[in-house]
Amino acid sequence: MMHPAFLIIALLIVAGATAAMRLRNLIHCALALTCALGGVGLLYLLLGAQFVGFAQFLVYIGAVSILIVFAILLTHGMDGGGDTLFSRGRALGWGLSLVVFAVLGGAVMSSRMLPEGSTEPLASTPAVRQIGDLLMTRYILPLEIMGLLLTAALIGAVLLAMKSGASAMPHTQPGGKAATQPGRDGQ
Amino acid sequence: MAETLDQLFVLAKHALVDSTPAAWRPWVSSILSIAAMIMAFATLFALTTILERKGLGRIQNRLGPNRVGPFGLLQPLADGVKSLTKEDLVPRSADRVLHFLAPLVLVIPVFLALAVVPVGRNMVAVDLDAGILFFFAVGAATELSVFMAGWSSRNKYSVLGAMRAVSQMISYEIPLILSALPVVMITGSLSTVQIVERQAVFTGLLPSWNVLTPWGLAAFLLFLIAGTAEANRCPFDLPEGESEIIAGYYTEYSGFKFALFFLGEYIGLFAMSGLAITLFLGGWSAPLAALAFIPGYVWFFGKLLALIFLFIWVRGTLPRLRMDQLMNFAWKFMLPMSLMTILSAGAWHLMSPTPGVPLSSAEAVTHSAGGTIARWLVCGFLVAAPYILLGRYLTEGRNVGPRTYRYAD
Repeated sequence: MMHPAFLIIALLIVAGATAAMRLRNLIHCALALTCALGGVGLLYLLLGAQFVGFAQFLVYIGAVSILIVFAILLTHGMDGGGDTLFSRGRALGWGLSLVVFAVLGGAVMSSRMLPEGSTEPLASTPAVRQIGDLLMTRYILPLEIMGLLLTAALIGAVLLAMKSGASAMPHTQPGGKAATQPGRDGQ
Repeated sequence: MAETLDQLFVLAKHALVDSTPAAWRPWVSSILSIAAMIMAFATLFALTTILERKGLGRIQNRLGPNRVGPFGLLQPLADGVKSLTKEDLVPRSADRVLHFLAPLVLVIPVFLALAVVPVGRNMVAVDLDAGILFFFAVGAATELSVFMAGWSSRNKYSVLGAMRAVSQMISYEIPLILSALPVVMITGSLSTVQIVERQAVFTGLLPSWNVLTPWGLAAFLLFLIAGTAEANRCPFDLPEGESEIIAGYYTEYSGFKFALFFLGEYIGLFAMSGLAITLFLGGWSAPLAALAFIPGYVWFFGKLLALIFLFIWVRGTLPRLRMDQLMNFAWKFMLPMSLMTILSAGAWHLMSPTPGVPLSSAEAVTHSAGGTIARWLVCGFLVAAPYILLGRYLTEGRNVGPRTYRYAD
């Protein structure tokens, strides 16, 4: 039978995802999407995957949702946009969602299911430690590559930001140091 | 006797739980833990409001509240009644749902974060294996709450305050988490309970608190600074600077919702201080072996009050930062320094007498004197050298001495 907690969480996710599509205000959509992402985190917790669940909260609620909201505010101004996203490209949307659904469904159907009886959750005590150990031993190369990639992205972002601001900064000119600007510290 | 006193609340809870039918026990146990946490920290909140106003008054050479009760001690009660009976104003163009939800989204996560902070031996609401991660994960929701409050008010000051707050919180969350990382590395566990237990052993006269190591001291200071910024407290209170943007994201809040925001800020501060105590100051453990007979919860709340005093002192002393100073400080100073503390903690681990062994058992091994001195020198150098170099570099070409006033003298 379906676990009542699973039912509640699944409803939360579906409701959040639906609201994210249907609401007219983009900020509301973003917050509804956050709700759905939080529901996914709860689902991980329900399955006993503490580390993944908390990481989901930390990354998606703490960073990604804020990023989305900032992007909306910076592009649409304070009003948060008007029209719903439901107007154009309906056929394309249906096609894409069908493909995604088929891929996900195929993956679920072809995966090995645990027998119905063994609903006992895996002990979560070693899970966090195991993830740490594996990340530091077997998966050290992917981890390092990801770190390198993120660092490259970070430096790229800094360079992009510097290029646009460099000409306006007074302290980059060799002669006129910050002394000409009494209120500013120059850095 | 000391043992009983230390475990007084734990024993009382067990007695209460055992007196109920077996089917209720998990529920009764949870509810008792939650009720005790909320009661204790809500009382501490009331106490802190009066302490802060009195302390600030003292620093600013005035009396502070002194009308309600003896020495003004009943002031929190009066404040509570006032905020409950005030009219709840919502701007006409505000987004009513989000405006209502924002204080709740702030208060619930900060109370959740308290759940993993051990306030005494065996006194933690939930002992999670990923306790530290849980703390930061629920803390992430507060940024969303601040944004919701600012945006839903439909007020320019509110939006400005929210944008400032969110960018500040995101910037300082990175050094915050990175400065908690050395402790996790050294302990080899994300569980708050294990982190405290590892610090609660004595080597000679001194406890093995993390703050008493070079990397620990640096990480503790970084954690405190980042925690102050995360809690939007002075000198990082730009998001709610009264003189610039009225009250930032809660300009449009009144009555009980404002009180909830106020509560959320303080509980968040307690949670942050509690985690700082857990990570660096040995949690509930006594500073001297001879003082271990005093119950652990007394030590924990004593340390908490000391940290709160420090925060009040800082608020009364330091001026507010500017936005560019804030961001420069976060990215050019806090971030490199927190990375260096991680490096220093790694060196500390490698230079321990038995590097391969988990440290909880390795600490019991007696260190050779020369090895200990070399370890301290190397780890201290790894923290001090970047501090000096960064400080030199960042203050280069700036007048950081005392200001001269041309007309005021």
